[in-house]
Amino acid sequence: MATTLNSNIPSGPLAQKWDKHKFDMKLVNPANKRKYSVIVVGTGLAGASAAATMSELGYNVQSFCFQDSPRRAHSIAAQGGINGAKNYQNDGDSVYRLFYDTIKGGDFRAREANVYRLAQVSVNIIDQCVAQGVPFAREYGGLLANRSFGGAQVSRTFYAKGQTGQQLLLGAYSALSRQIAKGSVTMHPRTEMLDVVIIDGRARGIVTRNLVTGKIETHVADAVVLATGGYGNVYYLSTNAQGCNVSATYRAYKKGAAFANPCYTQIHPTCIPVTGDHQSKLTLMSESLRNDGRVWVPKRAGDNRPVSQIPEEERDYFLERKYPSFGNLAPRDIASRSAKEVCDAGQGVGPGGLGVYLDFAEATKRLGHKTIVERYGNLFQMYNTITGENAYEVPMRIYPAIHYTMGGLWVDYNLMSNIPGLFCIGEANFSDHGANRLGASALMQGLSDGYFVLPYTIGNYLAQMPKEKRPGLDHAEFKKAEADVQAQIKTLLNMKGKRSPRSFHHELGKIMWEKCGMARNHAGLAEALQKIPALREEFWQNLNLTGDSNNLNQSLEYAGRVADFLEFGELLCLDAQTRTESCGGHFREESQTPDGEAKRDDENFSFVSGWMSQGPGKAPELVKEPLVYEEVHMSQRSYK
Amino acid sequence: MTTTDSSTAQGKKITLRIWRQPNAQTAGSFVEYQPKGLADDMSFLEMLDILNEELLARGEDTVSFDHDCREGICGSCSLMINGRAHGPNEGCTTCQVHLRSFRDGDTITVEPWRARAFPVIKDLVVDRSAFDKIIQAGGYISVNTGGAPDGNTIPVPKLISDQAMDAAQCIGCGACVAACKNGSAMLFTSAKISHLNLLPQGKAEKDERVLNMIAAHDHAGFGACSNTNSCEAVCPKEIPVTFIAKANRDYAWALLKGKQPTLGQKEVESA
Repeated sequence: MATTLNSNIPSGPLAQKWDKHKFDMKLVNPANKRKYSVIVVGTGLAGASAAATMSELGYNVQSFCFQDSPRRAHSIAAQGGINGAKNYQNDGDSVYRLFYDTIKGGDFRAREANVYRLAQVSVNIIDQCVAQGVPFAREYGGLLANRSFGGAQVSRTFYAKGQTGQQLLLGAYSALSRQIAKGSVTMHPRTEMLDVVIIDGRARGIVTRNLVTGKIETHVADAVVLATGGYGNVYYLSTNAQGCNVSATYRAYKKGAAFANPCYTQIHPTCIPVTGDHQSKLTLMSESLRNDGRVWVPKRAGDNRPVSQIPEEERDYFLERKYPSFGNLAPRDIASRSAKEVCDAGQGVGPGGLGVYLDFAEATKRLGHKTIVERYGNLFQMYNTITGENAYEVPMRIYPAIHYTMGGLWVDYNLMSNIPGLFCIGEANFSDHGANRLGASALMQGLSDGYFVLPYTIGNYLAQMPKEKRPGLDHAEFKKAEADVQAQIKTLLNMKGKRSPRSFHHELGKIMWEKCGMARNHAGLAEALQKIPALREEFWQNLNLTGDSNNLNQSLEYAGRVADFLEFGELLCLDAQTRTESCGGHFREESQTPDGEAKRDDENFSFVSGWMSQGPGKAPELVKEPLVYEEVHMSQRSYK
Repeated sequence: MTTTDSSTAQGKKITLRIWRQPNAQTAGSFVEYQPKGLADDMSFLEMLDILNEELLARGEDTVSFDHDCREGICGSCSLMINGRAHGPNEGCTTCQVHLRSFRDGDTITVEPWRARAFPVIKDLVVDRSAFDKIIQAGGYISVNTGGAPDGNTIPVPKLISDQAMDAAQCIGCGACVAACKNGSAMLFTSAKISHLNLLPQGKAEKDERVLNMIAAHDHAGFGACSNTNSCEAVCPKEIPVTFIAKANRDYAWALLKGKQPTLGQKEVESA
């Protein structure tokens, strides 16, 4: 097993690395492309754009998603926007500025070369999406509109009402649909990947379950791409869709792929607060709301007067007070932790005191009701639907929730994992956001990987593959992986214990949120590391499932995902335990400045944590990829 | 929104009549359930979660239903609630319906989408892949990745752009089909056509798009539109039927120009 992780970053000046690399990479002869077959798992922005683009280039693509249609992947729920360093607003933006902001926003825990490339191709993404017919917001003159978004001092965010994610995904889905119609992409909806198959050290295929018929199938290819999203649902409550899971990447980890920085999780500050134990998900409202909304709580703890009776001077606009230059637009981790602090101090509002106000009164006065409706109408409507309250009259209540996971499968500059032929793109990999992701950068990264990076780098891999016959599905490794999957399903169904998958998931989520949430400490993590294995042990003795494996069985699907979360949660806590510094979304209480800000420890933690499985029951090995900053001077992040 | 009742300590009393059907081959029937511990601020799907927990505890098969984002955008959830697609509220998907929209003691009938083109897979889950086929027939602009001109090369008047956006909001849930007595998917199809046909980028393939997508719509077994407008009434994104009129106009123009669908019957089938 490899004990180093080589990032394979090309040499040369930062701004020329990608161009130089594109030139240095081997190409697959156009006539030969159709001879190669690629599996893409997941059809979100990264997966759909990669599958479509590779098919356009001539590769045979097999695309898989667990949803009933590729259009439903959770990228669809992104609201706010997508960054692009176009400088259309003439406000001083540039590729370099987007690069710098992303590195700084990631708290100096991302790779310079990857981030620079991301900023470079961001401009191509916008062009591509416009050409596909994505209806971005426009000015009266007909040109594209932009707004400033979470943590940025320039207006570089492109948006389509409050549903940028849906519009971008429909663009990628339409490109994918065109290729499906042409017959060069074979689409497998309602199909879940349950294992990756590795033959002679190379990723060669996957094992899937047809969710309708229950049939376990194997698929062979020349490369496997995982575009399976993030693992936020390990917390049970998150803004992720119900089906989002870690199974694909975690099962790849168990087969030898390194999992990088699992403790880098992002808490989103503007979610609708929890109402009770029955709650199955948390709803995010776009943080574009913070552009015009002002965040505050009553100055006095326990003040439960209605908003109209709290005079201006008795309100604490805590973000504006603490961060005068960024104010309500302070980065997500900072805004979230500040909300937690005021709630911990008893100043929280709403049921249970777990909420802060997001107030549009001043913005309505300044811009007029009509503009507020135009900018945020659908978000206000969403808030009303869920809470029954009218946010045009009383301020919204918001509270942070798990939203995005920066960690993921380790990949090199080519987006390939340490297993040759196994690629990982989008939220599922770890590569571009460091310890914290900036707003409107997830959509950018997904499409960058799928449209403009992977289709080149995968060619480089395929062109250099030994010219040998593709293994058949009767190969022993396929048979073994298939048998393992079958055996696990049988075990899950036959336990006939007392507890449902949901009850285990819920309990795991509580441990994760309390001990490894917005703020983490040694004692809490140690406790979690005790509790999770015990819960997992109970799961494998006391799980109750009904139905069978030859039909649609949603409880069975859920149980398989929870089984992986129960292992992965431990890895996440172990990573959080090992990284004793604070950085970005990872806040260790032991490592903070006197005024309570996150304190990095560059001397000891300037590395990517790559965790490698050593087999069941054994502690994983930590392999460090050092982070070298050639261009940017590492500084303490300050948004004051 | 209907009146809100305060929940009692035992929780809100609701009787669910749910369509249970083991698979496509077996006939289905309604089964009554009374899940416990319900509260006003619970979502409709959270009520089904609770019911499923009870069913698991009793050793019975859980109720299957499609759902994913639970924030009204993925278009997965799809229930007929008391005969109305997505339930009693306007402009809202099932996942966004909360129990405060029902009275204590209500009986609620829950069925899958019913349409020839949407066969039942199990319980409340139907196969909506016919929508994907319609998109595959022309719901795209034929541009490959790379080589796109600068995004600001083609100005699009705000009015046109906003109209395209209104059409593009469709989440492909299928409520329009479920509500239509003809099982027509014209609201879905016309919204998809209009989104692209309105934009300058989509003009080059305007005629082929409308002809092919409507051919695919008909081929999939959706009925014809007879302008009852029931689709508009249940659309969670409140897409107006004027897009059907617009698509019909595009269709007529294409025919007047002597154009024919470029996809033959066989290609429509394989699309």
